[in-house]
Amino acid sequence: MSNVPSELRFTKSHEWIRLEDDGSVTIGITDHAQDLLGDLVFVETPEVGSTYATGDDCAVVESVKAASDVYSPLSGEITEVNEDLADAPEVINTDPYGKGWIFKMTLADEGEIDSLLDATAYSDQIAAEE
Amino acid sequence: MLIIEKSQPGRTNTAQIPRDVEAVTDIPETMLRKSPINLPEVSEMQTVRHYTQLSQKNFSIDTQFYPLGSCTMKYNPRGCNTLAMLPGFAQRHPYSPDNLSQGYLACMFELQEMLKTVTGMIEVSLAPMAGAQGEFAGVAMIRAYHDAKGDDERTEILVPDAAHGTNPATATMCNYKVKEIPTNDEGDVDVDALKAAVGPQTAGIMLTNPSTLGVFERRIKEIADIVHQAGGLLYYDGANLNAILGKVKPGDMGFDVIHMNLHKTFSTPHGGGGPGAGPVGVSERLIPYLPVPMVTKENDQYRLLTEEDCPDTMGRLSAFMGNAGVLLRAYIYAAMLGRDGMQRVADYATLNANYLMVKLKKAGFELAFDNRRATHEFIVTLKKQSKDLNVSAMDFAKRLLDYGYHAPTTYFPLLVPECFLIEPTETETKQELDGFIEAMISINEEAASNTETVISAPHTLPVRRLDDVKAAKELDLNWN
Repeated sequence: MSNVPSELRFTKSHEWIRLEDDGSVTIGITDHAQDLLGDLVFVETPEVGSTYATGDDCAVVESVKAASDVYSPLSGEITEVNEDLADAPEVINTDPYGKGWIFKMTLADEGEIDSLLDATAYSDQIAAEE
Repeated sequence: MLIIEKSQPGRTNTAQIPRDVEAVTDIPETMLRKSPINLPEVSEMQTVRHYTQLSQKNFSIDTQFYPLGSCTMKYNPRGCNTLAMLPGFAQRHPYSPDNLSQGYLACMFELQEMLKTVTGMIEVSLAPMAGAQGEFAGVAMIRAYHDAKGDDERTEILVPDAAHGTNPATATMCNYKVKEIPTNDEGDVDVDALKAAVGPQTAGIMLTNPSTLGVFERRIKEIADIVHQAGGLLYYDGANLNAILGKVKPGDMGFDVIHMNLHKTFSTPHGGGGPGAGPVGVSERLIPYLPVPMVTKENDQYRLLTEEDCPDTMGRLSAFMGNAGVLLRAYIYAAMLGRDGMQRVADYATLNANYLMVKLKKAGFELAFDNRRATHEFIVTLKKQSKDLNVSAMDFAKRLLDYGYHAPTTYFPLLVPECFLIEPTETETKQELDGFIEAMISINEEAASNTETVISAPHTLPVRRLDDVKAAKELDLNWN
């Protein structure tokens, strides 16, 4: 069973979202997603300063099995990306919720967070998929 | 071992033949090489052995059953190759004038006509050199069509989530945004989602029918109507054409443009990186934009149509018209098959797939679309084996190699977990199919009783499991 931390929020498309103290969010892909993808070999991160609407594809994760889009779970502006992923995409496999974060953004509408899945709802979804 | 590693200084081709021919001495000093060229110094026999042994390591359609789904790895009749190599074809210079190329041009004209007949499209261009160029040409024509009408609001191409990865790549290359359309539980495009997705921004949809899920898109007429009513065009990816040859035509389904992979369906071995041939066929409205050159027949004479004849053409995709050898093989294959033979291809491709599917189901394998009839291919999901025994589709695939069978396509389409996409093609015998079924049953038993053997396979090949991650991250294609 994959790890679904209770303090995070989630999307149906397997992104996780952590709300930081300053109101920004950190985003990555879930343990379940990295498990499905297998060994990651490449991550394309968005550009700092670019803006995305909810559901836009904004990053790409590529494994030995597949290349998959990462969708922006919320609307906002990219403030920072995880530069370490360029040389070590495998940290998403080993530490998806920690060193494997992909990007940070400031939100256009903080209220959007309420529409995201909580850990229970996300766990139910992955159980239903299996 | 690379051939250059077998090199020994001074060793030449033919050791026992006296070397009594003087080297040429009248080449000016300034034009001579300063250092010897870095070629392997090996004898003729060493060279023959090296490459023969290398070829024996191949796992290929010439040696083994190769049920690689979505790839149509079928037998290519040697006769097609022999005839395509006739000196009159092989020695024709691509700049030969039309009046000295009437035989070759006649073959190409007839190939265009046969492809029109089998696909139901109005015109065909043989210009694209491979599938990727065919796709590019197809979507570029869709763009040219909208541009000609001044309709520059159309920025999106719809692509079902079951599509080949090349489809979104092509749309992106043509500067379109890709919008994904989901598939329903039965493997059909979700028509309600499609209705919600189309609009004035829709340039077109790219579809494969039968789809990569190995099922026929049953609501294709409805899909065509929805997209056409929104002002978009329909693109047919010819990857799975083998299943429907002579049976149902993309033109009749409502498609506006199609590309065909002649190098898989029409008698050219493929999977080795080319050369290929990806002709495009179009409906009435896209004719002006077809890539040149094309062949026309006027007063019993054949000639090439160029930019002068087709001012609105999307242009050329190479210096000449496709890969002549591949097109010739396709012409010969199509002419040998004829109308009845085309139908037999589809009949037996489909029969073989359904036979395998039913037998594997009876043997206890889980099908991805249990209540659907297979087209030319079908999907087995090994998620139960993966969950219960920790034996993955990849492990099954590797173990099949030990049994002498090339693995089916694994982990594609992505929608189905732990999937095996199996395409036997029409060229296999029942005995071969039965052997494959027995191997699958045997591996399924081993997965439970002898797990270690399966997860550490292959045991009989020159190499074991390759390091996929290292290969993807540290690409190194040079010897130095």
